[in-house]
Amino acid sequence: MPEVDLGVTPLRELNAALHRLTPETNERHWVIDHPAGRHAIAAGLNVPVTIEINGPVGYYCAGMNKYATVLINGSAGVGVAENMMSGFVHVTGDASQSAGATGRGGLLRIDGNASSRCGISMKGIDIVVKGSVGHMSAFMAQAGNLVVFGDAGDSLGDSIYEARLFVRGSVKSLGADCVEKEMRDEHKRAIHQVLTQAGFDGEVDPSEFKRYGSARRLYHFHVDHAEEY
Amino acid sequence: MCGIVGLFLKDPALEPELGRLTAGMLATMSDRGPDSAGFAVYAAGQPGQTKLTVRSTSPLAAEELSVAVEAAFSGVQTVLHDTHVVISIPDQEIEALIKWLEREVPEAEIVGRGTRMEIFKEVGLPSSVAQRFGLATMSGTHAIGHTRMATESAVTTDGAHPYSTGTDQCLVHNGSLSNHNNLRRELKREGLHFETENDTEVAAGYLTWRMREGLSLGDALKVGLDDLDGFYTFVVGTENGFGVLRDGIACKPAVMAETDQYVAFGSEYRVLATLPGIEHARVWEPEPATVYFWER
Repeated sequence: MPEVDLGVTPLRELNAALHRLTPETNERHWVIDHPAGRHAIAAGLNVPVTIEINGPVGYYCAGMNKYATVLINGSAGVGVAENMMSGFVHVTGDASQSAGATGRGGLLRIDGNASSRCGISMKGIDIVVKGSVGHMSAFMAQAGNLVVFGDAGDSLGDSIYEARLFVRGSVKSLGADCVEKEMRDEHKRAIHQVLTQAGFDGEVDPSEFKRYGSARRLYHFHVDHAEEY
Repeated sequence: MCGIVGLFLKDPALEPELGRLTAGMLATMSDRGPDSAGFAVYAAGQPGQTKLTVRSTSPLAAEELSVAVEAAFSGVQTVLHDTHVVISIPDQEIEALIKWLEREVPEAEIVGRGTRMEIFKEVGLPSSVAQRFGLATMSGTHAIGHTRMATESAVTTDGAHPYSTGTDQCLVHNGSLSNHNNLRRELKREGLHFETENDTEVAAGYLTWRMREGLSLGDALKVGLDDLDGFYTFVVGTENGFGVLRDGIACKPAVMAETDQYVAFGSEYRVLATLPGIEHARVWEPEPATVYFWER
């Protein structure tokens, strides 16, 4: 099990070593100490390995992740797991703005709060936040599930396409074209499935959540609005 | 981009370490602002004495200025820091000193005035700027610093932060204001004077004007949310206090940490990573459009 101390090893050296890994590698579990908020730690992984990071990380940690499991024992800076393709990223602390931005797949779990713009332009990723999310979360979200145990800030789901947003607490305000929708059995099943994958099997009742999604009023140009431009 | 750092000590035992800790934080922010750097330190002050920080054109010119001012005014004390001179003078003589400076050394710039505040700023990498001024050896109760990546105006010392907003008050800024030209015109009509085309100087002038009209710093920051258009994270220093404000969109980064010993601000967590006891600190991101203020 490779152990890397970022107080000693240069970050580029670590990332280069991670990028050299092949799917057949025997080095399947890495432990990284003293990240001290450095940026782009374990970004661009492309193999099914597990990376455990002990301490707070900076921007874009586990960005573009594919196949890998990244566990951050601490808080994460801007854009954790941004544009993730697949795999699992778990933050035990808080996440800064734009967590899981533009993610196309995989699962992001945040045990603390996520700041503003969580899941901005998400395109298929599933995001579970145990705490609350900040303003403009799921802005222009296109696909995937955002599950929030706590509250959501202003303008949730502004200009949303077809992502599904589930919030258990309060929503400060909804963004343009985002509305509350009926919770049907298929949605409870979807929450259950995401929560099970995130490791919350049986801990939370899916029926406690409210669902928010697109009213689909912005999909087409409306001639009545022609004079507004 | 730009980087901001701030450190407000609650524990007097840390005061001798203020400069060293701030210098470390400032150096970490080189990545966000390699063009210029500056900082304000709230050091010891004497009742009845005002400190004027004057920026000269070179270390040699600063030395000449220091000799000349000591010859012209009895009872002044000067401390040289590279291109800057900190002049301590009895309160009643301060206006005469300012007039003398305008007449005798028009090329010198008054960058700060107050009982305790000293401001230093220069073009160059933050670590070398801090070294030139000897920041690491300075002590005090609080300090704010800035590393600049120029966007709205040229890379000059005039464009470097912090900007003084009044006696013992200063401001650093990360972001860009969209309505600074218009606001500058309006503030000029109100009698304010601007040295640069810089947007932050306008924000500082705006706060000065609001406080001149009778608002507290906290209230001036609050009404600023309506009048200042653009992206900003502000950190302000006062004689006894330290404040933070982010605009309503809050896309400019800000992380804070608080322990029993201090409140610290950084544009990124990396800035805070080397502070004592950080592993047990409460670390959070300040909310948008919310004024935070600490005093001791």
